[in-house]
Amino acid sequence: MRLNVVDTDRCIGCQLCMFACSRSHGQPGLGGHRLWVRSAGGMERGFVVIVCRACADPPCAAVCPNQALVPREGGGVVLKPDLCTGCGHCRNACPIGAVGWDQEAQKPMICIHCGYCAKHCPHEVLGMEKGER
Amino acid sequence: MNAGDPLADVLYIDLSRKKHWVERREDLFRTFLGGSGVAIKLLEENCPPGTDPLSPQNPIILATGPLCGLFPLASKTVAMFKSPHTGNLGESHAGGRSAVALRLAGYGAVVILGANERPGYLAIHGDRIYFRDARALWGMGSCFTVGRIIRDNEPGPGLRSIMRIGRAGENLITYAAVTTESYRHFGRLGLGAVFGSKKLKAVAISGQRRLPVSDLKSYRSLYDEIYQAAVASPVMKKYHDLGTPENVAPLNKLGGLPVKNLAAAGDDGAEAISGERMAQGYLGRRLACSHCPVGCIHIAALREPYEHEAYFYKTTMISYDYEPTYALGTMLGIFQPEDLLKILDAVERVGLDSMSTGVALAWATEALEKGLVSEKDTLVKLSWGDTSGYRQAIEHLVLRSNEFYRVLGQGVRTAASRYGGLDFALSFGGNEMPGYHTGPGAHLGYLLGARHSHLDSAGYSLDQKNLGQEPMAPERLARALLSEEQWRQVLSSLVLCFFARGLYQPEVVIKALRITGYELDQERLNLLGREIHQLKYRFKMREGFDPAKEKLPERIFQTRTPAGMLDRKYMEETITSFLSLLNR
Repeated sequence: MRLNVVDTDRCIGCQLCMFACSRSHGQPGLGGHRLWVRSAGGMERGFVVIVCRACADPPCAAVCPNQALVPREGGGVVLKPDLCTGCGHCRNACPIGAVGWDQEAQKPMICIHCGYCAKHCPHEVLGMEKGER
Repeated sequence: MNAGDPLADVLYIDLSRKKHWVERREDLFRTFLGGSGVAIKLLEENCPPGTDPLSPQNPIILATGPLCGLFPLASKTVAMFKSPHTGNLGESHAGGRSAVALRLAGYGAVVILGANERPGYLAIHGDRIYFRDARALWGMGSCFTVGRIIRDNEPGPGLRSIMRIGRAGENLITYAAVTTESYRHFGRLGLGAVFGSKKLKAVAISGQRRLPVSDLKSYRSLYDEIYQAAVASPVMKKYHDLGTPENVAPLNKLGGLPVKNLAAAGDDGAEAISGERMAQGYLGRRLACSHCPVGCIHIAALREPYEHEAYFYKTTMISYDYEPTYALGTMLGIFQPEDLLKILDAVERVGLDSMSTGVALAWATEALEKGLVSEKDTLVKLSWGDTSGYRQAIEHLVLRSNEFYRVLGQGVRTAASRYGGLDFALSFGGNEMPGYHTGPGAHLGYLLGARHSHLDSAGYSLDQKNLGQEPMAPERLARALLSEEQWRQVLSSLVLCFFARGLYQPEVVIKALRITGYELDQERLNLLGREIHQLKYRFKMREGFDPAKEKLPERIFQTRTPAGMLDRKYMEETITSFLSLLNR
């Protein structure tokens, strides 16, 4: 299963997904979230929802010099924190901007496709999907 | 409060000396929680008696609360200042991203002191504070453009709030607003003019802190309980579907919707600008404040052709709510949706409080009709329903084109004291009337509420609940208004949106506070609400407010309410009763 943006146009910008993500990663407030909602150039233009696409051939893993990002079954990657040196190449490699950065740990924050955010999306913007990409 | 909670950090900014510092104020936040409670204490500390509201000595306090950033619908920022509009307590609440941005930047409150020598704006990104130049933004035609430029210049998209003023604030109109996230406002009592007097064009705040909780597991489970209740509640549906304009049709039908300066309390024409009709014809987008699943903000898409060039169109996104629909719609006899949207947009661009503006223009129209002022004063012919005339008048108001508009820019009470027409000047304690002519509760609430707002004590709701029954005894009504206002001090100290007051019953508040490290029972909360209300009233009285001397406008006794004609003696008895309860 992986996280999917079902319909960006339904997004009202409440950011409950971001709070849910941060909460599920043990960081109440914001700071531990792995998805992003921001306006598309002012509230008048609606919103951009950025989530990890769970790529079948993830560029973030490809550029990691230490194999700290391991491709995950169903797409996306899993971070092996012990192997990560905090070089930040993964963040630069993701054209979507879906690799977050933990300033304290100096390591990437990567979506684990748990679906906790989708459960807290009141307007069906986010959903979970199966199958090959 | 939990150890390490940045809530107790108060950021002080001195614009005159370009200095900033942080003081840890656990004393304040432990006792008064946040929001209104902490803000009134900070106002007392920083605003000496008799301060000129438009001088550098008037502080601006922005406060958030413990539940913000942790629980849904704790989404308001409380602003406190001395009001240039009423001359006493200035308190205004706004949502957008402001509260979450302030809290997650790592502060419970910001105190802005002094004044800029030249136009500037503040950028607060966590612990990095910048004094930016705003000379190039000063005098800019539209608030939207100011927002766009600051967005382009500052980091933190999605995590920031940009509170800004328009030309109304720069020109010190005493009911100028501060706008945040394009469509939300610290609307009432003139915060925009206080910004303007400090040559402070905007405050941009961003942050993304984590916050401590007493126990992660019980936090998550209480969160889900509140979240589930929120999305299942009828309030959620009501305000998500049609938004606050949902109230237009029922209030019109009831005969509680003020029309044409309250010459009437309903009009068949109002049906055309009801929440239903606006949604059908114009609703283009709905928005939410940060951490609010409801999303009550309704934005209309207005597509207009250019008059002199074929196939040239523009589409404008315009926020519409109940109160602006009343003040700039029905009060001015504007019943065409496109006309309404155009005047809402005109007010949004210049950054005026829509409610005071509408009531001021309604008074001016009637004063012109009655010959108290002439077209030499008003410069344009003001007549009910004439949007184009009103849009020109708004421009004159902001530019302070002549003596008449300079006076009108200080509110209807000032204008009517100068030109006559106090009988139909809909001012309560110096603040213009909100949109409910539902009965005695509404009007007494406006007069006696510490902010002169319909949201102080929701008298309009009491009136409607009491319809078809015997009028409440004066003492009972006084008690009901006062106790509602006192409880709301707790909600606004926790910066909970008042739309969520049904969800956050005392027992839920107590549980949520426990997660944030507060052990309080209901009795303590009630006492706290009473104390905060008293502090606010004490500030008002210190600055010259005397409720015993305040007069209700004659007009409200001349137009029937759903509860019948208002009885002067009943109103007076209720006021007396309220004041004796207050002093007890």
